[in-house]
Amino acid sequence: MIVELGHFCLILALCVACIQATVPLVGASRRHIGWMDTGRTCAFAVFALIAMAMAALMHAYVTSDFSVVNVIENSHTDKPLLYKISGVWGNHEGSMLLWVFMLSLCAAAVALFSDNLPPPLRARVLSVQGMIGVGFLLFILFTSNPFLRAPNPPANGHGLNPVLQDPGLAFHPPFLYLGYVGFSVAFAFAVAALIEGKVDAAWARWVRPWTLASWCALTVGIAMGSWWAYYTLGWGGWWFWDPVENASFMPWLAGTALIHSSIVVEKRDTLKTWTILLAIVTFSLSLVGTFLVRSGVLTSVHAFATDPARGTFILLLLLVAIGGSLALYAFRAPKLQGGGLFAPVSREGSLVLNNLLLSCGCATVFLGTLYPLFLDAMNGPKLSVGYPFFDRTFVPLMVPMIVAVGIGPMLAWKRGDLLGALQRLSVAFAVSLIAGLILFYMTYGGPVLAVLGIAIAVWLAGAVITEWADRIRLFRMPLADSVRRAVNLPRAAYGMSAAHFGLAVFVAGVSASAFSQEAIEVLPVGGSMRLAAFEIRLQAMDKVPGPNFSADRATIVISKAGETVATMYPERRFFPLQKQTTGETAIRGGLVADLYLALGEADAAGHWTVRAYWKPIVSWIWLGCLIMAGGGLISLSDRRWRVGAAARSGRGAAVPAAGE
Amino acid sequence: MRRVIALVPVALFLVLAAYFFVVLQPGYDPHALPSAMIDKEAPAFDLPGLRDGKALARDTLRGQPAVINFFASWCVPCRQEHPLLMRLAATGKVAVYGIAYKDKPEDSTRLLDQMGDPYRAIGIDRLGRTGLDFGVYGVPETYVLDAAGHIRKRFVGPLTPADIEKELLPLLRTLGGS
Amino acid sequence: MRVLGRPVAAFLLIVWSVATALAVEPAERLPDPAMEARARAVSAELRCLVCQNESIDESHADLAHDIRVLVRERLSAGDTDAQATAAVVSRYGDFVLLRPPVKPATWVLWFGPVGLLALGLIGSFLWLRRRPGIGPTPLTVAEQQQLDRLLREDG
Repeated sequence: MIVELGHFCLILALCVACIQATVPLVGASRRHIGWMDTGRTCAFAVFALIAMAMAALMHAYVTSDFSVVNVIENSHTDKPLLYKISGVWGNHEGSMLLWVFMLSLCAAAVALFSDNLPPPLRARVLSVQGMIGVGFLLFILFTSNPFLRAPNPPANGHGLNPVLQDPGLAFHPPFLYLGYVGFSVAFAFAVAALIEGKVDAAWARWVRPWTLASWCALTVGIAMGSWWAYYTLGWGGWWFWDPVENASFMPWLAGTALIHSSIVVEKRDTLKTWTILLAIVTFSLSLVGTFLVRSGVLTSVHAFATDPARGTFILLLLLVAIGGSLALYAFRAPKLQGGGLFAPVSREGSLVLNNLLLSCGCATVFLGTLYPLFLDAMNGPKLSVGYPFFDRTFVPLMVPMIVAVGIGPMLAWKRGDLLGALQRLSVAFAVSLIAGLILFYMTYGGPVLAVLGIAIAVWLAGAVITEWADRIRLFRMPLADSVRRAVNLPRAAYGMSAAHFGLAVFVAGVSASAFSQEAIEVLPVGGSMRLAAFEIRLQAMDKVPGPNFSADRATIVISKAGETVATMYPERRFFPLQKQTTGETAIRGGLVADLYLALGEADAAGHWTVRAYWKPIVSWIWLGCLIMAGGGLISLSDRRWRVGAAARSGRGAAVPAAGE
Repeated sequence: MRRVIALVPVALFLVLAAYFFVVLQPGYDPHALPSAMIDKEAPAFDLPGLRDGKALARDTLRGQPAVINFFASWCVPCRQEHPLLMRLAATGKVAVYGIAYKDKPEDSTRLLDQMGDPYRAIGIDRLGRTGLDFGVYGVPETYVLDAAGHIRKRFVGPLTPADIEKELLPLLRTLGGS
Repeated sequence: MRVLGRPVAAFLLIVWSVATALAVEPAERLPDPAMEARARAVSAELRCLVCQNESIDESHADLAHDIRVLVRERLSAGDTDAQATAAVVSRYGDFVLLRPPVKPATWVLWFGPVGLLALGLIGSFLWLRRRPGIGPTPLTVAEQQQLDRLLREDG
């Protein structure tokens, strides 16, 4: 009954979304207030309906209703509650439902927080979002319906892939999708602006918070996925340049560029057509990311082609959404008027450079991901593109960017003083040089590029601090005045500093991974091995039962200079239902270094393979991502984004405090 | 100029869409892995025989086209293609040889006792070294060698009736297999 | 997300028994640390053919193990790194290389991003240079005549 109710809600949501997609749009062109206002009502209604559908599916999972095909295929009564819930989006159909749920959430949020938006713009934005909703609701209802009943309900389900039964992965898709779908707001604003033929500072001011929020969610989502890979896969890798990862990384790169270019639109009323294009491309990449991954084009086209209806539908959807918006762009963008002028060396100039490098980075990832498949479809040779390729193409693009991130914020708008900026950054440069030299000396004969990477990270951190000190005129005026300035600095300024500092932390963590050490031995119980300064002893092996698995648990004692520093318990878990074994690593770490243990299998003599890694500051990788996302949130809390603030202060250009 | 530049994104997207369209065509299989060994001489091997001690070596296969099938008792799809191999061997026109890949000889023997033995001779590749030399990804894989001992075709995964009718037999006919 | 990327084609999964070993097993290692380091470096650039974007150095798969052993044998037999790599490529083709070779078919892949960057730099340079020129529009004929008239009246 509840399942049918959910199904019905979904169909009803489609009907309401159809109204949302058309009526406000017509209303906007005819200046009919009543018609325009239906957009808001519809957005709320669609959200409520899809939320009910979502709740119905969740209910089916939690109560293990095995009359529903989707639940049979992905759940099991023995599964812990958390994974029953996360099982909802751990499969194609459910994840699509989560996707439209997020979409309707965003549309409802736009409807709620858009009192200060001109009604025609609001109506058009909501209409465009309605159109996206219609497309995906159709897709779900016709090709991927999670509410289908099974004619003969079995006693129990097939269960969820054990590898997916992990807290890190349970919340990874919601964040990722919130990021992907959040970019639909920027997309809708871009399309609405193209329809209106007007882009100005106010437009950029409305778009930015939405872009920032989704960027934060995407950053957290990607970081979660990477962290999960790190602690699950058993050898300490955290990024693989896998097509699936790349699919989420491309919108992130484009979204990062979008955040920066919309600043230029807001402050200087220029770079408009480019920003509109970026908004369209970012969401397009999100679409490509979700659908091509979910339907398997990137990983195994085989699975995709076996259901031609699904594939054709997706292609049609992409053609309408991406092709349509880009065609509209080709038609209307040349008519948009450019604004303020600026010299190449200026804040705007540095943001253009940032956009260039990020876009080229995004293009590199795009080519690396799709070109081998493309070549294959053209009957060309079979190729693999893995990390050695990206190390040689993507990383060289990012190095100048990270160096430039330190300089850009020191340049003035319109015309900057590069020499002056470099002079003010001389301390940061000296510190990074010294740090680099010391590290080079300490690790002589080791990886030089890693030393360079850490030096660049120190440079960036130094530059961020210098910029902040500069802003509050630290040591150049009485300390009390500096403190007052620091307190009064806009949140957006702190947001930028934090995000850039997070980038520095991230770069340091990534670079330092070249200094990690490993030891792999076959140990009898009681045996030991050495890693860095540690002695690692396999003290005991136990059989431990779990809720839906049984585990071999190792008790491993870590000692340093004869003193026990830690006891760790890596496991191997056997899931009888799926007849699958997974490894459960044990990680002990913190800001300085991680000690990482993974248990292999036992040989005939009952000796166990133990792998141990010592990874200096590896946690900084995810810490850096969190700081970046935190910076975005701080910026988001800036007063000027708040509801009504823009309306009170009128046009964006009138607000002096420049955050960025 | 502005107008032309504005057309670039949509043009690029259409190229991408065309690619997706190609990918969607039935019959396009991106996982088809052409062997790197095609038209090269088959790697040398001289394997101990599974039955009656009849060894299997590359150089004894020369003189007529041969079909070499990598199989194992632990491999489920192998059982799926087994009846096809039986039928193929029963025609008597095709020389089918087997290589037991990473399999215990007693297990291989049991499989053949159960399902029949389509092979003229079977080599034991206990460690999978011959498989590695052939560039085998997994079992089952089937190679077609011409009379000069060159690899002409590789089938990855279980053979299907269509594979045999449409590709294997016509190829053998052109190779002059009697 | 990446879980879904891990499994390759379904048939390969069926074919390969569930791999439970970890990458680089102790038994595989070469006694000479320098030689072992070379082997690790070579295998880090070779794709585990039955996995998704994993190198054989990281992979648990059986086939990855076999190729790791092959690489070590070749190096022990006196091969250079390039020769050991070539031995694997001759069996499995360019597909096994995680870093595709630079040749006409891969020029777009290797040089596309750099070309795009150059294009972008030139484009933005031209855009920045041209824009000040747009500023004052040239006078129309009527305006020129009016200006001439005004100047004449002054002078």
